[in-house]
Amino acid sequence: MSSLSATIQDVFNEPGCGKNANKSEAERKKGCTKQLQPGGAAGGCAFDGAKIALQPLTDVAHLVHGPIACEGNSWDNRGAKSSGSNLWRTGFTTDINETDVVFGGEKRLYKSIKEIIEKYDPPAVFVYQTCVPAMIGDDIDAVCKAAREKFGKPVIPVNSPGFVGPKNLGNKLAGEALLQHVIGTEEPDYTTPYDLNIIGEYNLSGELWQVKPLLDEIGIRVLSCISGDGKYREVAYSHRAKAAMMVCSKAMINVARKMEERYGIPFFEGSFYGIEDTSDSLREIARLLIERGAPSDLMDRTEAVIAREEARAWAAIAKFKPRFEGKKVLLITGGVKSWSVVAALQEAGLELVGTSVKKSTKEDKERIKELMGQDAHMIEDMTPREMYKMLKDARADIMLSGGRSQFIALKASMPWLDINQERHHAYMGYVGMVKLVEEIDKALYNPVWAQVRKPAPWEDPSTNWQSKAIAAAEAEAAALAADPVKAEEVRRAKKICNCKSVELGVIEDAILANGLTTVEGVREHTNASGGCGACAIRIDEILELMAPVAPPIAAE
Amino acid sequence: MATVTVGKKACSVNPLKMSQPIGGALAFMGLRGAMPLLHGSQGCTSFGLVLFTRHFKEAIPMQTTAMSEVATVLGGYENVEQAILNIYKRAKPEIIGICSTGVTETKGDDVDGYIRQIRAKHSDVANLPIVYVSTPDFKDAFQDGWGKTVAKIVEALVEAPKNTSRRDATRVNVLPGSHLTPGDLDELRTIIEDFGLEPTFLPDLSGSLDGHIPDDFTPTTIGGVGVEEVAAMGQAGWTIAIGEQMRLAAEAMKDKTGIPYRLFERLCGLEPNDAFIAFLSEISGRPAPMKYRRQRGQLVDAMLDGHFHIGGRKVAIGAEPDLLHDVGGLLTEMGAHILVAVTTTQSPILERIATDDVLIGDLEDLENLARERGCDLLVTHSHGRQGAARLKIPFFRIGIPMFDRLGGGHQLTVGYRGGRDLIFDISNLLMADHEENHEPTPESWRGGVESLHTASH
Repeated sequence: MSSLSATIQDVFNEPGCGKNANKSEAERKKGCTKQLQPGGAAGGCAFDGAKIALQPLTDVAHLVHGPIACEGNSWDNRGAKSSGSNLWRTGFTTDINETDVVFGGEKRLYKSIKEIIEKYDPPAVFVYQTCVPAMIGDDIDAVCKAAREKFGKPVIPVNSPGFVGPKNLGNKLAGEALLQHVIGTEEPDYTTPYDLNIIGEYNLSGELWQVKPLLDEIGIRVLSCISGDGKYREVAYSHRAKAAMMVCSKAMINVARKMEERYGIPFFEGSFYGIEDTSDSLREIARLLIERGAPSDLMDRTEAVIAREEARAWAAIAKFKPRFEGKKVLLITGGVKSWSVVAALQEAGLELVGTSVKKSTKEDKERIKELMGQDAHMIEDMTPREMYKMLKDARADIMLSGGRSQFIALKASMPWLDINQERHHAYMGYVGMVKLVEEIDKALYNPVWAQVRKPAPWEDPSTNWQSKAIAAAEAEAAALAADPVKAEEVRRAKKICNCKSVELGVIEDAILANGLTTVEGVREHTNASGGCGACAIRIDEILELMAPVAPPIAAE
Repeated sequence: MATVTVGKKACSVNPLKMSQPIGGALAFMGLRGAMPLLHGSQGCTSFGLVLFTRHFKEAIPMQTTAMSEVATVLGGYENVEQAILNIYKRAKPEIIGICSTGVTETKGDDVDGYIRQIRAKHSDVANLPIVYVSTPDFKDAFQDGWGKTVAKIVEALVEAPKNTSRRDATRVNVLPGSHLTPGDLDELRTIIEDFGLEPTFLPDLSGSLDGHIPDDFTPTTIGGVGVEEVAAMGQAGWTIAIGEQMRLAAEAMKDKTGIPYRLFERLCGLEPNDAFIAFLSEISGRPAPMKYRRQRGQLVDAMLDGHFHIGGRKVAIGAEPDLLHDVGGLLTEMGAHILVAVTTTQSPILERIATDDVLIGDLEDLENLARERGCDLLVTHSHGRQGAARLKIPFFRIGIPMFDRLGGGHQLTVGYRGGRDLIFDISNLLMADHEENHEPTPESWRGGVESLHTASH
């Protein structure tokens, strides 16, 4: 475990990561494990995160070393697409039993690797560590090394057992595994001045293919995509690219940054969601490649494609704009892509009434704020009832969110569109943006909503659950309005820091009592923001609101 | 009849099996106002949550003790304590159901001890029903987790009657196995009520995961059987258990309350339902309602119509023991041959399946054996889709998870009507396959007698 904790420390020190940059040295050492709250946590573990990041590598056998839960409950559930091998969709697991737990699972792991190589002959086997074998001390690094030597094939240990932290950490640990064992181990047949890496793109629903034809046309070669529709060898020789684009907010920033450091590959953070974002990204790719020695006419070709594609996309979207006038969207996403989706929706003429920023980093939030203006209504922890009320109050006509929150919208008989990993449609690039707009239109104007909202013959609309939910919410609001003391209590009881369970009132008191002006100060006095650090932005806002007015000068 | 063998491979490929903690969690979801809590790292819960969400297409209540690396080493008391307090505060549940996982079983957390300490320390939760089940991931399978959990609920929540003579003969406890869908439970409820009996289902997924529109938003389960109704199950005259996996729970009920039970190994097909209806007639003292006499006729007719398509089929079936026995039984009785049977865990029922051997294995085994033995119908859960595509044979989905088709929660196998519909669905699939892939051509029989056993049927 010592090498694993060293890797985790290294990830926490990632200078490119906004969250970590906000923390003090001592807190970084503590790591992200503190942020998980028993009984109040949702979301995947570090193993899940590692698997999500690497599983789109299509020709690799992904072997999960652990009990049946880790693979048996979750395999083949990702929407990534492959243009070639489907081996990545085969579920491999050691499915360790009680005997393995007692005597160790290394032998079973080694035999499993052997069976996979004999039966499936993949270019590489990725071995994922999970909690139970990590606890009993199975040394997967050693087993992988032995298997590599014996079978003459790359066998890559991915050390990211679930209990070391959340999904985000797992994304980065997966990146570390690639950096340590894969990238730079092979050479491409040839290189060109137009070789590009795309990092953090998973080709969900095949959306990479909405952009790749444009790159092909411009003459840019995707040397390696990490990891969507990727092949092992492409990742192994990705260190020969001239430039890189990092697509998914922060998931694999360590890969992009370390490849810049080690191999001199400059990268930028871009998005293919939304028309302008796509154009900007294409320009930036061309600019970086030209900087690295590609002929400058690359930019002319890029601009020509951008001009043509933008014109076509705008023309296609224009006919929806009148239909979208005055329509409001409630956007709830897991976070990583929220800022790019915001831009896309606004391009279509939709108005945003809120966006959840649970998992976003500080930078993401700033971007959302910038895009949405100062009035952005940031929804941090909406309860289902509040969410329903918001939809019901016609402050939103449609909800866009991830698979798991859809049921609230659907049960509230409100149009809903899936924009997270499990979705069926691809929304990237110019064509994807037009597709997204078409889907929103389809959802908004589907007559089914009018049907399903009709009361049942025996139903009294004044006593149905919708009215009850609204009434309950209103009663609560009224009770608070009538009782200022209680209202203040509720206001002060708002949880600001989830990790350390620190309430607003405690923070306000500390600020007043000690004249605090910085997040660090608040942290010292209240422990708030002492966990994952995500609430630093909320504390910043509180500090702003409470900024001391100049003390009155005592009159003589 | 069948020999049961355990696969010899080190590596499980394309798992058929799911873990027992989530089987336990699903059982808790059949209780009203419940919050299932997995004592493990947060992925243990999140994978289960996604799986059930994709299957039922419903919001799923499930929480985690979010064990970190350090906590697993030091023991999870604090995590269990915090989780219970947080859930109590946020979700106001009527019951919290805790299942252990591989992570916490490896360390050997004494969760029952923790719960006692937590109750003693926090008066808020001193009387909150909390049921704990030991369900390590590295042992057994989904249906075992379900069975153990129901048995634990019975032990913990059912009240022994003070006076056995005051039993209510019209009340019947129903302990359904995890292979029954919410739709199945609805069907059983109707049948039992039609005999003038009053059933209590434990667990009752028909109330909680049947896709109905809830009356209010709660983070816990909506619907399901209430804790006080479970307590009152001790007053019933009979217990009906469905599936061998429920024997443990039925025995627990009998031990605690003295209520006799009748275990129905299957409720799919003609004979099992004849036995079921006869039993209901006997305990209720009422003749079978006309409705079921007609439904029986419809099932018989469906069997006659369907046997042309199902008869002689070479079936490869992969399912948990009780579901395998149940649906496999109907297919066998329709003249199909089960040439390949793969399952997840040991069960006494396996020996009675009408096939030569039952393998405790995975979907790779199912696929390879189906190919080897020339099967022409694949029956398993949605994860069979890749294998079916490679085998190029018709694929009928049964069981959990069913994430790539709608209506998994309403698929009916019980009752005369369930059998009838199942026969229609499978026959229609086979007819469509015949039209698409096996229409005769001028070349079909060119090879003479030999050609009968090659390409087409």
